Amino acid sequence: MSGPGRPLAHWQHRLAERGIDSQLWLLVPALVFVVALFLYPFFYGLTLSFQPTNGGPFSDYARFFSDSYERGTIWITLRIALPAALLNVLAAVPIAYRMRGRFRGKRLVTTLLVVPITLGTVLTAQGLLNFLGPTGWFNRILLASNLVDEPVRLTHNYWGVFFSLVITGFPFAFLLVLSYLSGIDPTLERAAATLGADWRRRFTRITLPLLMPGLATTFCLTFVLAFSVFPSAVLVGNPAGETRVISLAAYQAAYEQYDYPYASAIAMIMGFVELVIIAVVLAARSRFYTGSTGGKG
Amino acid sequence: MATTTQAPPARPPATSTDRRRRIVARPAAWIVWGVVIFFFLNLLGVVASVLVSSFGQRWFDTWLPDGYTTSWYARAWDEFALLQVIVVTLEVSVLVVGLSLVIGVPAAYALARRSFPGKRLIFLVFLLPILMPPITYGIPLATVLYKFGLAGHMSGVVLANLVPSVPFVILTMTPFIEQIDPRIESAARMCGAGLRTVFLRILTPLLVPGILASAILVLVRTVGMFELTFLTAGPDSQTLVVALYYSMSASGIRAQQSVDAMAVIYTSMMLVLLIVALRYVNPTQLVARVKDEPEH
Repeated sequence: MSGPGRPLAHWQHRLAERGIDSQLWLLVPALVFVVALFLYPFFYGLTLSFQPTNGGPFSDYARFFSDSYERGTIWITLRIALPAALLNVLAAVPIAYRMRGRFRGKRLVTTLLVVPITLGTVLTAQGLLNFLGPTGWFNRILLASNLVDEPVRLTHNYWGVFFSLVITGFPFAFLLVLSYLSGIDPTLERAAATLGADWRRRFTRITLPLLMPGLATTFCLTFVLAFSVFPSAVLVGNPAGETRVISLAAYQAAYEQYDYPYASAIAMIMGFVELVIIAVVLAARSRFYTGSTGGKG
Repeated sequence: MATTTQAPPARPPATSTDRRRRIVARPAAWIVWGVVIFFFLNLLGVVASVLVSSFGQRWFDTWLPDGYTTSWYARAWDEFALLQVIVVTLEVSVLVVGLSLVIGVPAAYALARRSFPGKRLIFLVFLLPILMPPITYGIPLATVLYKFGLAGHMSGVVLANLVPSVPFVILTMTPFIEQIDPRIESAARMCGAGLRTVFLRILTPLLVPGILASAILVLVRTVGMFELTFLTAGPDSQTLVVALYYSMSASGIRAQQSVDAMAVIYTSMMLVLLIVALRYVNPTQLVARVKDEPEH
């Protein structure tokens, strides 16, 4: 890129001073890619959702909210995703707090925890059907130990989906919380101990406030994962009723009714609900201390 | 939880942070470890029940199957045309890894080294596909790909899988690029090397660890990616995990055990990849990169 003419060189020079020069061409392939495959489809879907096959621009949205079977999917999804995300994050905190130091086998524990995440929800669903089913090992153990009289129904209903979200979501939340915790400078807590704070005060006054922003982010990411639950809702849930989640409604509109505008409208509603929850959590998060935590993170 | 967090060390500590805890733990510690062990036992049960079932002859209302056989694997191999499925899975993964590296590494370089107007915005745009769940943007994406006739075969699957992969390469590569001394590049430039020579002869050799790490991470994610592949794949471009989903949701037609056999094949493939991956990256990196989260 060399401009021989004087005015051109001058023009290039001024841009280069502001940080724009020929090296930025390196960004172009990635930008073209993200615009073509991410931003364009998104805005295409957004405009498509306002161009329904029949009716005015908002009629697909009206259709979704007027039909209680469709509208109910939002509530169904929230009822699965919010408790699952909350449980995953809350259970992760004490366990990560305990494991934040170094100990033998820490790498083994973290490695084992990565396994369910990499296996994904489809395999988890298959395993849960076998394991939690009426003749599965879990029910056998309960029956053999006389805790229950007849097999507990844990698959093809709410609980199947819930457990699949815990099995994949808890390790995810745990690993995130653990890395946030190890980003907090341990000397802060030791200083508090020197000043006479017991563990409870050290945890509530030092560690927890520093951890809160991280917990909020973890909750958001875990919630978003749980909110878009799809394969396990079909496989271990009851996709016609109790666990007809919103992603399933969008999928059915697109691939069973071939109504792309309506499917786009549902996808937009889904994205909007997610954004609302995330915005609420992040607004709460901004009330906490968000500065340096002094550690390596 | 613990009544005192740091018990007196049993032996002189190696460093100040590496103190050993007391062996006899407090009740709170027992509860925490109990929960962890309970979780792992259930996880083991989930994985093992698939494994045992895939080798079992008949398994109805007993603790273990009546007899053992490997014939389900042969049946699954034929019934689900697994050879073709595995070939497709490998082709898709190799294409996605290759393309996302070619697109992502130069962009990561520009983002790591340069500052320019609008950099934060561009960074945020690259982050969005990772932060958003695939099914949310997957449906509009699949609609667009179908509109242009790209979905329904392998090109659509590859394109859709690139969407989270390219940003992932950028995020993984950025710290690797930042740790290379810029003076090395300046020296090469002074000796007359152009941008391309600097890239191929100086940066690429130095970046091999980073490239390996991000390649293996993208590979693991692509093989395990269900939603995007599911939405864009046609009958002859299914990857293993999508084929597994279809065989499961059509259960009743096939014997449960041959579906289990297929699940075991998928699991062992993922575990091999995972073992390879963990040689290059630490477990947390497989999940997310906390450090690069944007400040909201």
